[in-house]
Amino acid sequence: MRLVVPLQGVVQGRGGLIFGSLIPCALFYFLQLYLKRHRSPNSRSNPPSPSASAQNLAELTRTSSRSNLLSRGSIVPVLISSLATSISKPNDSPYYIGLDKASEDPYDRIDNPDGVIQLGLSENRLCFDLIEKWMLENLKDSMRGREEGDLSISGIASYQPLDGTMELKMAMAGFMSRVMGGAVSFEPSQMVLTAGATPAIETLCFCLADHGNAFLVPTPYYPGFDRDMKWRTGVELIPVHCRNTDNFVLSISALNQAFNQTRKRGTKIRGILLSNPANPVGNLLSREMLCDLLYFAREKNIHIISDEIFAGSIYGNEEFVSIADVVDSEDFDKSRVHIVYGLSKDLSLPGFRVGMIYSFNENVLAAARKLTRFSSISAPTQRLLVSMLSDARFIEEYMVTNKKRIRNMHDLFVAGLEGLGIRCADSSAGLYCWADMSKLILTYGEKGELELWEKLLHVAKINITPGSACHCIEPGWFRCCFTTLDKEDIPVVMERIRKLADTRAASRG
Amino acid sequence: MAIEIEKPSVGLSKVAVSETHGEDSPYFAGWKAYDENPYNESSNPSGVIQMGLAENQVSFDLLEKYLEEHSEASSWGEGAPGFRENALFQDYHGLKSFRQAMANFMEQIRGGRAKFDPDRIVLTAGATAANELLTFILADPGDALLVPTPYYPGFDRDLRWRTGVKIVPIHCDSSNNFQVTPEAMEAAYRCAESMNLKVRGILITNPSNPLGATIQRSVLEQILDFATNKNIHLVSDEIYSGSTFSSSEFISIAEVLETRGYKDSERVHIVYSLSKDLGLPGFRVGTIYSYNDKVVTTARRMSSFTLISSQTQHLLACMLSNKEFSENYIKTNRERLTWRYDMIINGLKNAGIECLKGNAGLFCWMNLSPLLEEPTRESELALWKVILNEVRLNISPGSSCHCSEPGWFRVCFANMSEQTLEVALGRIHKFMEQRRRN
Repeated sequence: MRLVVPLQGVVQGRGGLIFGSLIPCALFYFLQLYLKRHRSPNSRSNPPSPSASAQNLAELTRTSSRSNLLSRGSIVPVLISSLATSISKPNDSPYYIGLDKASEDPYDRIDNPDGVIQLGLSENRLCFDLIEKWMLENLKDSMRGREEGDLSISGIASYQPLDGTMELKMAMAGFMSRVMGGAVSFEPSQMVLTAGATPAIETLCFCLADHGNAFLVPTPYYPGFDRDMKWRTGVELIPVHCRNTDNFVLSISALNQAFNQTRKRGTKIRGILLSNPANPVGNLLSREMLCDLLYFAREKNIHIISDEIFAGSIYGNEEFVSIADVVDSEDFDKSRVHIVYGLSKDLSLPGFRVGMIYSFNENVLAAARKLTRFSSISAPTQRLLVSMLSDARFIEEYMVTNKKRIRNMHDLFVAGLEGLGIRCADSSAGLYCWADMSKLILTYGEKGELELWEKLLHVAKINITPGSACHCIEPGWFRCCFTTLDKEDIPVVMERIRKLADTRAASRG
Repeated sequence: MAIEIEKPSVGLSKVAVSETHGEDSPYFAGWKAYDENPYNESSNPSGVIQMGLAENQVSFDLLEKYLEEHSEASSWGEGAPGFRENALFQDYHGLKSFRQAMANFMEQIRGGRAKFDPDRIVLTAGATAANELLTFILADPGDALLVPTPYYPGFDRDLRWRTGVKIVPIHCDSSNNFQVTPEAMEAAYRCAESMNLKVRGILITNPSNPLGATIQRSVLEQILDFATNKNIHLVSDEIYSGSTFSSSEFISIAEVLETRGYKDSERVHIVYSLSKDLGLPGFRVGTIYSYNDKVVTTARRMSSFTLISSQTQHLLACMLSNKEFSENYIKTNRERLTWRYDMIINGLKNAGIECLKGNAGLFCWMNLSPLLEEPTRESELALWKVILNEVRLNISPGSSCHCSEPGWFRVCFANMSEQTLEVALGRIHKFMEQRRRN
């Protein structure tokens, strides 16, 4: 290294032409000869001819590229892209750190009673028995093709339409319609299927926005959006803060303010990203609010993406209204409305990777279709799901039972928290509740919230997601997912929180 | 109140409106012609025969037999004990058993001459996604990758579209059977520099698509030396590695690294998939195998956008870890592809057409330059149109593969029955005879 740096200075012309070309040239020539002679005996490569290597050397000295000079002997490691460099850094979001910790030391009532209880992953485990039963009774037939002579593999082995088979789109259309209360029908030709909702959202972003553009996102929001919407698209997310006093419901004036402020600094807003039902709060957007949002989008000429992935996880009495329903019934410009959906939450099948983009915009659909080549759903899974989703009796039973069980868990969990003096925001959907733990914070603020999060994770050994990871402007709120628990585990959770609360109260006074 | 008036309707992104998806090129126009008038032995015997799709249908029966005899692969066992875990499994590390099975399968294909560590395998939904992902990781927007010509037309889209990365071709020609040379690589590098493009890597396909030939060891060594010399990455797309006609002729870059004691291997990455070798493109199974820890870590994280269904991982883990099945499959598949290749080469020879000497892949590289009016791209496309519309065969013109010499065409032979191939050869024979008479 020390030898090379002064040479570089010479090469860059400070030592004059002779020194600049002759000396480094000669030195490298001898270095190369040395390396050639000491090459591994197993190498069968033909050593480059002297004339070729001299030519190369001349090339090298003419360019002052540092990496060329230093590549002899590979002193500098080969670089990866700036994007990759930023992704390779250890994840500092509590959302991901918590997930890792919980998976390293997972709680098990019998085998690991002191493990970390996972309340940070919005997964629904309450109705697996129903799905398992269906599998046992139907799997053999479901993997076979429908038609006579349609052998089990050749129908699904070959290239399928990259944006999903028509059979699955039709089955999904029926399922979505049922999930959203039958109020709206979905058109299979307006669907683009993807390997999960994660690529659906990213693909939509690629279609609607250029590098450096922005989306308005009401807070608190799902921490994964920071990755899904921003990483590779280069898009910015502008938080639009919602407050406890409004029960974390979006206000148009806050949206307007955020829009204008962003515009002022020269960034172009391409759309609003909504989650309805909301994650992490779990509330629903009213029909009125959806109309207001559509007016706003029209006025600013921007898109609306509505992530409705929890539409089938309603436990409250409030009715879910899809933006598709509103757009149908009123005279709105549909071309700016796009819905994201998937089966990870409502049907408990995150591993199967089934998501979709539903759009009213033919140009968006055309572009998105071409992009699905990078994230298509695996054919055997498509076939399995066509069978499952077409079983109307099973789906009906599943939806009714699922709603009941989520509601039971919700009520038990929220009551448990209330018993500890912890209040939850009003919510009627999702697999989680939004709890106000500000009373447990030692110093009110983001730092205090993170300190509490850490103690909850490492001392009380429960993994819940702090509001700051969700960009919540008010400290002290935590998302607690309760659908990965058994009923018997709820008292354990509450006991651990109580113990921590008592310790803190004692240390305070 | 600001209202955007420059666009009456809401706008889309540059990516959405760009033509980089390439679907307006002749390569895809031929597919459209086929879709509109597809050949069928009984119902449409005069339709267009699809010879532009590199799909392997010669060994389906082996897969079917396996699945019939091993129902545990398609299900989760008695009482489905593993189902719950599997359905919930969305970990981007992928099922350990599946990665192990893939590593073993890749070793088997290479006759055990290279070892693969399952923890260096990153899973993606297809090699298309793997190539794009690697490009995002190895290069910044505006940077360049060097790719030898002729190359798979899909690269123009997969490597460039969303990544913003450019391809600078390394020109190869028939004087040495289209092999890469150090001079050609150097020329491409200089060309990139003259356009102020930073070269981040070189991407080779071995066995080559569309040439249908493996890269010789000496050439691989030269390519690796070049990459080392320039301190850039080397991506080896080995998607056809299991479709070689003899087990000994294919040399993987992994073997070259093994011989060198893995010195300087952090610049090397291998892409693989089951779409060609196992004939399962619908399953969407691809992998990145990287010798670079940082690349493995970041690729894994980024694979969240392109995960393989856990159901499929489970099924394939069962199938590929069955040594009896995988050994038999690799051997039989090779034999059948060789048979097909001989059949098409002889058929073309009888019609007076020469092909590049090939030893791998699902296609042959046919030389029709003697038939061209002029040695130009336009002449080649005119001939291609004649073959599409009159002979009714969809074959891929070399220009869509960026071949610098006009008159070469890629012809696929494994995506149809033997009878259909006979029909296609018959049509070519007739066409050549007519031309001779005129």
